[in-house]
Amino acid sequence: MARPYSVQRQRGFTLIALFCFVLLYLPMVTLVVYAFNAGATTSAWEGLSLRWFHAAAANERIIDATLRSLTIAPIAGLIATVAATMAALATTRTAPYRGLTFKYAFINQPLMVPEIVTAVALLVVFSRVKIWTGYSGLGYLIAAHTAFCIPFAYLPIRARLETMDLTLERAAADLYARPWMVLRRITLPLLWPGILAGFMLAFVVSLDDVVITEFVKSAGQETLPTYMLGQLRRQTTPEMNAISTVFLGLSVAIVTLFFFLSRKTD
Amino acid sequence: MTQAQDIIRAAARRDIRNRWWLSAPALVIIFLAAIGPLFVVVLYSVMVKGDYGDVKYWQFSGQGWFEVLFERDMFDNTVSFADAHLSILWRSVKLAAITTIVTLILGFPTAYFIATRPRHRRDLWLFLITIPFWTNLLIRTFAIQEVFRNEGLLNVALMRTGLIDQPIQIMFTDFAILLGMGYVYLPLMVLPLYASLEKFDFRLAEAAADLYANSSRVLRRIIVPMVMPGIVAGSILVFVPSLGAYVTPRLLGGGKNLMLGNLIELQFGQGRNWPLGSALSISLTAIVMLSLLVYVRAASKTEARHG
Repeated sequence: MARPYSVQRQRGFTLIALFCFVLLYLPMVTLVVYAFNAGATTSAWEGLSLRWFHAAAANERIIDATLRSLTIAPIAGLIATVAATMAALATTRTAPYRGLTFKYAFINQPLMVPEIVTAVALLVVFSRVKIWTGYSGLGYLIAAHTAFCIPFAYLPIRARLETMDLTLERAAADLYARPWMVLRRITLPLLWPGILAGFMLAFVVSLDDVVITEFVKSAGQETLPTYMLGQLRRQTTPEMNAISTVFLGLSVAIVTLFFFLSRKTD
Repeated sequence: MTQAQDIIRAAARRDIRNRWWLSAPALVIIFLAAIGPLFVVVLYSVMVKGDYGDVKYWQFSGQGWFEVLFERDMFDNTVSFADAHLSILWRSVKLAAITTIVTLILGFPTAYFIATRPRHRRDLWLFLITIPFWTNLLIRTFAIQEVFRNEGLLNVALMRTGLIDQPIQIMFTDFAILLGMGYVYLPLMVLPLYASLEKFDFRLAEAAADLYANSSRVLRRIIVPMVMPGIVAGSILVFVPSLGAYVTPRLLGGGKNLMLGNLIELQFGQGRNWPLGSALSISLTAIVMLSLLVYVRAASKTEARHG
């Protein structure tokens, strides 16, 4: 029996699409499955085991790198979100003014320049500053991460702001609310989903960054991704699969949260 | 009357001034940790190379830029094209272009598929594209590595079935870089394509079909022209990071199969030639900016055409 004619049908498209979904997920599923391998290789399956998760959890270098990643990401994400919220308030709900386009270009710049170029630029400048000041702590990584997180935090906040008109703020001001009061009681509560979404994006982007971190970090400042980058160039054990699986789980959890958060706001 | 106008004008000025203060933190952070350093790189590209990396301050030279394209023979001082750099530049452009085309061929039907699902199921399919998009690039490259290496899933499966008796060497080739970049950047192609296709009014396709256009003609003459902004956006979003790719070629391409990003790193590392590295960085940025400009032009043109 022939299916009813549909103008939307294009021959082979569904097949290619399903092939793409399989293609996207097959390697990641394989990666996760082998994290539970009892054997020492990622080629031969030798039974189910959590041994590599235990091994990873006992590895000092992994713990150290994870803790550093989990220090940088919330700090950079938080500063970026605050700066992005302020910038979004300054660039929306207004008639165009001189400098507005400049601000857009400036804020989105980290998205437009290839990461490797930003990375070497920061290497050049920060290596100088490290010599001048003698300080080589986490500050450089946090500064670099904050800068490239700002555009990611800015996008959802700005999108949310653009759906809010000024009626409620004007009403509050008419009732003698001071600007600070309007911000605290009207604007921020309404903007909250956008801010939260922006923070989560910034957090994930900071957590994931490899290239810029690799060039900016001082000796002994491995983050989880740079540690993995170093390990991946050698023969790997399922320990790497185990770390990747946990990392993957974390990303999926955050993205899922983000997904439902942004959907509810529509 | 004029007094009232003055008050309004003063309020507007104050508003704009407040807006500058509000955006100041973001602008300052980005200036200090992103844009400012880029200007330093521009400066470094015209300085004299230091003996152990770095540069000799305030000694200017065009050597860095010269070396992007040419090299001088050590013995007889003759100038020739720097074949090594040119071949890496060519490889980067070639691999980025092929990646863009392949992801477009695979991504368009995928985006089309999602856009033609019933509305309540679209979100789920879209979600399935979003997850790889937000998964760490390193993990995805690692996953590809696991499938294609000599003892990986593919080779083991092929050897078990007896189709081959020697593993096929895929890792550390240009093909591996292509596979990796295609895999990693496919979601970047699908998402903007979906955004365009989702807005497409299928009544237009129906009208064309009523006028006896077959489905491939509807696709070519109606759908593709209408979603051109999405196609351009997706292509730019894939082309730009592919051109500057660093992690994927480093892990999948091995030592010999460099791309522009790795060449730049080399100059700041073992090469100890910071002016050359700076000049290469600026060249890469210039190519990227040029593509973005083409995109903006194309987008505004199609917008003008379709109103």
